[in-house]
Amino acid sequence: MSFIENIGRYILFLNRVFSKPERGKVFFAQIIKEIYKLGVNSVGIVVIISVFMGAVISLQTAYNLVNPLLPDYLVGYTTRESMILEFSSTIVGLILAGKVGSNIASEIGSMRVTEQIDALEIMGVNSASYLIFPKIIAAVFINPFLYVLSVFVGIMGGLLASYMADTVSITDFLYGVQFGLIPYYITYSLIKTLVFAFIITSVPSYYGYFVSGGALEVGKASTKAVVNSSILILLANLILTQILLK
Amino acid sequence: MIELKNINKSFGELDVLNDISIQFEAGKTNLIIGQSGSGKTVLLKSIIGLHEVDNGHIYYDDRDFTRMNFSEKKLIRKEMGMVFQGGALFDSLSVEENVRFPLDMFSEMSEDEKRERVLFCLDRVDIKKAHKLFPAEISGGMQKRVAIARAIALNPSYLFCDEPNSGLDPVTAIVIDKLIQEITKEYNMTTIINTHDMNSVMEIGEKILFINKGLKAWEGTSDMIFDTENKALNNFVFASNLFKKIKKEI
Repeated sequence: MSFIENIGRYILFLNRVFSKPERGKVFFAQIIKEIYKLGVNSVGIVVIISVFMGAVISLQTAYNLVNPLLPDYLVGYTTRESMILEFSSTIVGLILAGKVGSNIASEIGSMRVTEQIDALEIMGVNSASYLIFPKIIAAVFINPFLYVLSVFVGIMGGLLASYMADTVSITDFLYGVQFGLIPYYITYSLIKTLVFAFIITSVPSYYGYFVSGGALEVGKASTKAVVNSSILILLANLILTQILLK
Repeated sequence: MIELKNINKSFGELDVLNDISIQFEAGKTNLIIGQSGSGKTVLLKSIIGLHEVDNGHIYYDDRDFTRMNFSEKKLIRKEMGMVFQGGALFDSLSVEENVRFPLDMFSEMSEDEKRERVLFCLDRVDIKKAHKLFPAEISGGMQKRVAIARAIALNPSYLFCDEPNSGLDPVTAIVIDKLIQEITKEYNMTTIINTHDMNSVMEIGEKILFINKGLKAWEGTSDMIFDTENKALNNFVFASNLFKKIKKEI
């Protein structure tokens, strides 16, 4: 299938996804389930990666600040800016594209090859809407919280590393964290997080939904889903940065 | 009753179904049989609307399914129950939740009524004890029973079964066949079963459609099979030595 055909099919697929749910109560229950599956279950990996990245950013900054004219609080400042602007939105987005994306593609792909999606259709249920709409809403809702958590934990990781490696004092680091904060950068990153959440859920769902064959094809779809959603995240990052920071 | 009139279906250059016409009656177990690749699965999927037919008509009690729009088809689908080859139970839901699913989606029942209906359906297929288990925790035969319970939850007028006893041992296969036949009579449903299992053909074949290379090659009952002169059907039904022997003795 060509690139253009894929885009066309993806748009038609989204048209089916964004249709009125059959039952509000069932739909709401699905959203809660998905928030737990996609969001709460990702807290662990987000915390671990953010702590270590925050720590590494603070150490690298400290070891590269060789000019005595540069103040120590720059370590805290750089850690905060890196976490807010790029790491907690884009890098966490890429990590979730791997974790959540492969999970979604294989879950929906398995449902396709074991005829569970056909079973939904036979019952008169819009399978695309029933299975995927709650995932998109759940991710768009929960990912901003993961972003905030990542920023906080990353800065804490930086603080801890600076303290343990004795690179800068806690006072300097915390001063840097509070220095020159531009609130719009948080808005900019939250917008990116929302767009990435949509990509992370809709693209793997698309690849899973149209799987045909068996377990091998489900695996291939899962790989394609992760690769393509990662590329789309990077592309969206570039476009959004140009639009929002111009 | 389901009536097919001059059904044709092709995929690209490949003609899969050619001019199939037949009536499947209510209260009877109607079987579609044929070799692998003969087109029986495509026919069943066309009847239930998973494939669009190229031309011809499919009537559900005089309602032309092929002329219906999306919402009309959606309504008629609520009158259908389907048992898939592998069961197609939802992995993430327990046995009870699987049977309850169509009720949650389409019925206006209260919670108590739903619970009662689920237990009734599970009891009907004799699997009440496993209601808390998940599909992965039960055997293939039990999965088929749950699939039947789910299919009848909304009291459908039409029941479709795609090779319901494939992968089952002969004893369980007969139990499943008999269960489908009993339920068909009990609720006066129009049941269509896709199979290539000869035991099913002999046990529950009240009306049989034999498809060969996409064409309707024969139509009749299980009793008529022994007297047919149709070469393709004889080659298919009496392929095994056991059935050859049985035919000879009869």
